[in-house]
Amino acid sequence: MTDRPLAIEATALAKSFGSTPAVQHVDLAVPPGTIYGVLGPNGAGKTTTIRVLATLLRPDSGSARVLGHDVVAEADQVRSLISLTGQLASVDEELTGHENLTLLGRLLGLRRSSGARADELLDAFGIADAAGKLVKHYSGGMRRRLDVAASLVVTPQVMFLDEPTTGLDPRSRNQVWDIVRALAAEGTTVLLCTQYLEEADQLARGIAVIDRGRVIAEGTPAQLKSSVGRSVLHVRLLDAGQRPAAAELLERAVGQVVLEADPAGLLVHGSEADRAAVAVAELAAAGIGLAHFSLDQPSLDEVFLTITGRSAGDEADDPSRALQEQPS
Amino acid sequence: MTAATTTNRDADTAAVRRAISSTPRPPRPGRLSNAVAFGWRGMLKVKHVPEQLLDVTVTPVMFVLMFTYLFGGAIAGSTSAYLDYILPGILVMSVLFTTVYSGVALNTDLTKGVVDRFRSLPVWRPAPLLGALLGDSVRYVIGGTVIIVLGLVLGYRPDGGAAGTVGALALVVVFSFGLSWVFSVLGLLLRSPNAVMNAGFMGIFPFTFLSNVFVDPTTLPGPLEEFVDVNPVSTLATASRSLMGGDPDVSAIVVSLVTAAVLAAVFLPLTTHLYRNR
Repeated sequence: MTDRPLAIEATALAKSFGSTPAVQHVDLAVPPGTIYGVLGPNGAGKTTTIRVLATLLRPDSGSARVLGHDVVAEADQVRSLISLTGQLASVDEELTGHENLTLLGRLLGLRRSSGARADELLDAFGIADAAGKLVKHYSGGMRRRLDVAASLVVTPQVMFLDEPTTGLDPRSRNQVWDIVRALAAEGTTVLLCTQYLEEADQLARGIAVIDRGRVIAEGTPAQLKSSVGRSVLHVRLLDAGQRPAAAELLERAVGQVVLEADPAGLLVHGSEADRAAVAVAELAAAGIGLAHFSLDQPSLDEVFLTITGRSAGDEADDPSRALQEQPS
Repeated sequence: MTAATTTNRDADTAAVRRAISSTPRPPRPGRLSNAVAFGWRGMLKVKHVPEQLLDVTVTPVMFVLMFTYLFGGAIAGSTSAYLDYILPGILVMSVLFTTVYSGVALNTDLTKGVVDRFRSLPVWRPAPLLGALLGDSVRYVIGGTVIIVLGLVLGYRPDGGAAGTVGALALVVVFSFGLSWVFSVLGLLLRSPNAVMNAGFMGIFPFTFLSNVFVDPTTLPGPLEEFVDVNPVSTLATASRSLMGGDPDVSAIVVSLVTAAVLAAVFLPLTTHLYRNR
């Protein structure tokens, strides 16, 4: 082969547990050196997919290769190319942070330098002060960073990250994002499973949307958004009291109006630019003052809604899903 | 929450990039090196969770004291005569009880995400299991030593001297090494650490008590005596008693070692298979 092999290639992957299908048909093609997002709600089959790719589970059918090596037949070669940061913290809570990293260094052949490597990583990840503390006493953000550091004791060519920011505060989440970007900048391919649309949008160059064990859409964030087609008109009024009048006018001029949580906010799906322009002019002509208006591309959440006909999840704490919480 | 949670410095992206780019992949270490690394992990746990040791030593210490002073006179005529009989037996019991914890520890591990990391590493497949057992055998030695020291304090003076005593301890540890694979299989098959503990002790209790650990089997009714005679725990107790008594029973020693080897030969591959295919 003269071409560089794909970093990750999955063909018609399927895996069931008993009679419950976890993954029904997953195809993936991830070029090397990119961050690739696998996006879907809880129970969509993301973790099962990652576990098959990381050689922890055998697929029932279909095949998968990592940098050209089959995950079943050449599992051992695959393991020497990858790192896994699982959904459960994949560090030993009864050891200290330093011991965790030193253990991995020894297992991977760093020998005497494994302690120094542990120090270097702990320092870079901002956990040097807690190096000698047992991991069970770490905060969530520190544990996650240690978990990511543990995957980098020897730099992997492909890294699997299963929901790396679930349960983290925004500051810790941003730090993990920075680390993931740094990794990709150094040439590591990152497969990122997430249920946060914003996370995939922020980090990934390519995204596969997965639902009920199947890839239901695939492309760049921009492609996915344009596949939904039309844009969204957002309007915020100066006077919330005028909202009913504004809603009536927009309904007539453009289409079905959704009232936002902000009492002065409205949005209209499926606005074409010229009709939106006319509608905004009509609002002004009717004496309805605007604080702000914009015509935006649809969010990934709207993409998910369009493809599956339902919302991506039920977590109310995710700001990127605020749209679904509105009565429409 | 402890003070550690308040320490929350930021990750330094530039340093992260330097750290990522600085290491070429080292040559892969050997199998033994993998197992030793996991053994180190086991020993760190003994260090960080010393209360586990307490669990496995308190019961045997209580047994020594209770049996010696409560039944010693009645069973053997005097407490000191009974101590000579029971101490090597309790040594066997205490270390065998500890083997159940190997399965419990393995099961506990499996409920955590760290096993996924180990299984995704390019290491020799049985290394985590062998390493854990290396750590466990340190625990066996400590548990056994506690019993021997307690015996010495109570006035037990083995005729076999230091060599016989160390020999008995070594034999018991080797036997436990073989037996612990049985509990590792339980640890991989059962759902919770508690289930492993219950099933393990349900198995180990009859084998320990229906043996010659506490009483001379000649006083037992026929069928029970036959069971006690073929019980490997009896053979092991006889062997360690003979070593500590300064008159090694070669056949009992050999049978014990063979039993350990057979247990390992059957259950080690089974354990590895189950661990790999979970």
